[in-house]
Amino acid sequence: MQLWMIFLPVIAALFMPLLFKKIKLHTGWFVLIVPVVLVSYYASKIGDRATYASWTWVADLQLKIDSSLDGLGLLFSILITGIGALVVLYSIFYLDKTKEQLHNFYMYLLLFMTAMLGVVQSDNVMSLYLFWELTSISSFLLIGYWFTRDASRFGALKSMMITVFGGLLMLGGFLILANITGTMSISEMLLHTTEIKESPYFTLAAILVLLGALTKSAQFPFYIWLPDAMEAPTPVSAYLHSATMVKAGIYLVARFTPIFAYSTTWIWLIVILGLITLFWGSFFATKQRDLKGILAFSTVSQLGMIMSMLGVAAMSYHVDGNAENVFKYAGFAALFHLINHATFKGALFMIAGIIDHETGTRDIRKLGGLMSLMPISFTVAMITSLSMAGLPPFNGFLSKELFFTTMLSAQDFSWSTVAVLIPVVAWLASVFTFVYCLYFVTGIFFGKRHELPKKPHEAPIGMLISPLVLASFVVVLFFIPNVVTDALIKPAVLAIQPNQFLTVGDIDIHISMWHGFNTELLMTIGVVVVGFGLFMTVKHWRKVYSLVPEWFSLNQLYRRMMRLADEDMTKVSKRYMTGSIRTYFIYMFAAIVIIVVSTLFMKDGYAFDTAHASDIGAFDIALVVVLVLGTLTVLFARTRLTAIIALGVVGYSVAMFFVLFNAPDLALTQLSIETVSVALFLLAFYHLPKLSRHEARLPFRLGNFVIALAVGVMVTLMALASQSQKLLPSISEYYKETVYKEAGGGNIVNVILVDYRGFDTLFEITVLAIAGMAIFGMIKLRRKKGADKNEIK
Amino acid sequence: MEILMAFVIGFLFFAAIYLILSKSLLRIIIGTGLLSHGAHMLILTMGGLGSDAPPVLADGVANSSMADPLPQALILTAIVISFGVTAFFLVLAYRAYQELKTDNIDEMRGEEHDE
Repeated sequence: MQLWMIFLPVIAALFMPLLFKKIKLHTGWFVLIVPVVLVSYYASKIGDRATYASWTWVADLQLKIDSSLDGLGLLFSILITGIGALVVLYSIFYLDKTKEQLHNFYMYLLLFMTAMLGVVQSDNVMSLYLFWELTSISSFLLIGYWFTRDASRFGALKSMMITVFGGLLMLGGFLILANITGTMSISEMLLHTTEIKESPYFTLAAILVLLGALTKSAQFPFYIWLPDAMEAPTPVSAYLHSATMVKAGIYLVARFTPIFAYSTTWIWLIVILGLITLFWGSFFATKQRDLKGILAFSTVSQLGMIMSMLGVAAMSYHVDGNAENVFKYAGFAALFHLINHATFKGALFMIAGIIDHETGTRDIRKLGGLMSLMPISFTVAMITSLSMAGLPPFNGFLSKELFFTTMLSAQDFSWSTVAVLIPVVAWLASVFTFVYCLYFVTGIFFGKRHELPKKPHEAPIGMLISPLVLASFVVVLFFIPNVVTDALIKPAVLAIQPNQFLTVGDIDIHISMWHGFNTELLMTIGVVVVGFGLFMTVKHWRKVYSLVPEWFSLNQLYRRMMRLADEDMTKVSKRYMTGSIRTYFIYMFAAIVIIVVSTLFMKDGYAFDTAHASDIGAFDIALVVVLVLGTLTVLFARTRLTAIIALGVVGYSVAMFFVLFNAPDLALTQLSIETVSVALFLLAFYHLPKLSRHEARLPFRLGNFVIALAVGVMVTLMALASQSQKLLPSISEYYKETVYKEAGGGNIVNVILVDYRGFDTLFEITVLAIAGMAIFGMIKLRRKKGADKNEIK
Repeated sequence: MEILMAFVIGFLFFAAIYLILSKSLLRIIIGTGLLSHGAHMLILTMGGLGSDAPPVLADGVANSSMADPLPQALILTAIVISFGVTAFFLVLAYRAYQELKTDNIDEMRGEEHDE
């Protein structure tokens, strides 16, 4: 049942084309059933003990598809299916059935839902990776949904490249973990934390897994794909790129905290990169002109905030006493903000979509003064923006206060300068967050109304339901936060910090709306005051953004790298792949010589010994002279005819060598075959058309000479070395003894050819037959002149 | 003798490779011819050359100073195969010459849109 629930969306996806083509009703209504069923299923699990279901895929490799619903998995599952239901509802009114290919859209979306549920419920690292890549692929398909636009394809490719890059590194980290512990199961890995900690590959595994999380969650410096992913339809942006997929990285960090928290590298990477992302994203959000661009940067920033809190949560593994008491609530704070972010960011994206839908533009410079025309959208936008800015009476305020608490306490971990900077950066980032929240709302709803592509009016009620529901969560979560935290967050915290808490009852945190006058409240007041001041003077300091040169940006770096992989690599390969066969020959011969000669001498294989050598006779010397002279004639011949005749001389002298060395069969064969070959040479090249037959001596080329000489020397060295070290006697004594007794023949060579090793002969006959047929085919089968050239391609 | 043959074979290989690296198709095929001669001689030499009788039983009795028959059988197979391949190459070169009107391999580069 539990496993089927993961696959329910993808099974439903199979019916989408049918539903789209045969039924007039908007396909989204059928899709809506799936997340509603799922969310009610997962909601019914709240408060239950963790459950586990698994299907063994390949038993020998420990490959399992499994579903482990502990607190963390359940929290994410509810988030995925709940926001999923609202997004599907929103998309029904956002996408027009008559103009869009809805079956594609919903198939991709349902595929994504399965993938995401798989990611957050997998206990097996391999199935986690499988679903992880499935989210990358379905996200790629969704971003490129309007595939006729260049920007969509660019954004889809970019997100694919970056997330798959991280995913593969993460796989490496998983494999290291599996190697150390001998298990693929995450829950079993938790039992081996000491082994993992002591392994020399511990830090490497931590960094690799972390890279997967950082790329997926759009952390610095990998955030660059997220703004470009805004080319996706708005429901997709709201769902994938704010509430769910980008939190897969957060999930991964949370899931692996009990294993990797022992590494300080892990902690500092998360905290510092999270804070940089937080600040960077919030600072550059105000620079954006596109509504979704602002929200994309704000998502990046908020994810950095959650990430840094998880880093502080990991610190609790290292300290005891008072400090631990503070750190151990950081995981709680991170998850609380995760929920809050999903609610307000989902709603904000939907509002951006509504504005786009009703006015025809998303450019904030063209918008303004829509408050009276779109009061409901305005209310929702106001509530959610203020929540994002961290103001009461909205849920963002609570998590922002918790965030300040965690950041202030990070100093207890280390008093180095870095740690002192942490709350300062966090506070500055919050100021900029406040600025862009005001920028977003006032840019759309306040000020003068401009000329717009469409006549603006309030969105249809169907479209407003989802943002309204989310906005009401924003308010409700402020007033009754503890109901939600008790039900969802506390069980999830157990998964992050199992060593600090044994049961849900141990987590004695209680959020109160009013926590007295303390540093955090003062910081929030500071944020509001300074932020408001900065917002009023935004026109004056906007110039700062143009100070950052364009070529310096990370996007430029990405483009450079892509160009390096594409055009520059093509140039490099064109440089050495010249198309000339001689060049390739030179590579090959040089490689052979280098490998053989270096092996010969490095392995001490060279030897020179005349003990086994036989005597040299007068005939031998005469024949050697003839052969060498023949070969030299081939090299220096002016005409081809001379070269061919000289080749014949070489062949005949080889035959004479065979006679001299007691090989009568070889001599016979060599003589007849050499005769036929020379005849063939003459036949082929005497009757050629007399075009470009400029007869000339072979020109001397130093490079060719050196390579040829090297090969010759190598062969000589090899021959000398093997001649000088005969390790074992020949097996031919057996042939000599048995040739008459067993085979009834006297000519040992012939008996070997047809009896002892008859198979060689069979296939040598085949070679001749094939050569004959091929020659016949080449001569007889010719393309007719004037026939269409493309026919043979 | 084997030492001398090692140098002769090295020389054959040198000449063969030098011809193979030339531009003319005919010289490349001549080079392969020399290369196979070198290889056959190498096999024979490595089997040992100090024999005083061919590997044929004169009167039903084997002679221990007979030439080693196994390398000879191997070379016989190799000769036939290299003959088949050479014949094929020759006809291929002939046909290429007929179609392309050149035997300079640098001019045999295909057409631009073939890439």
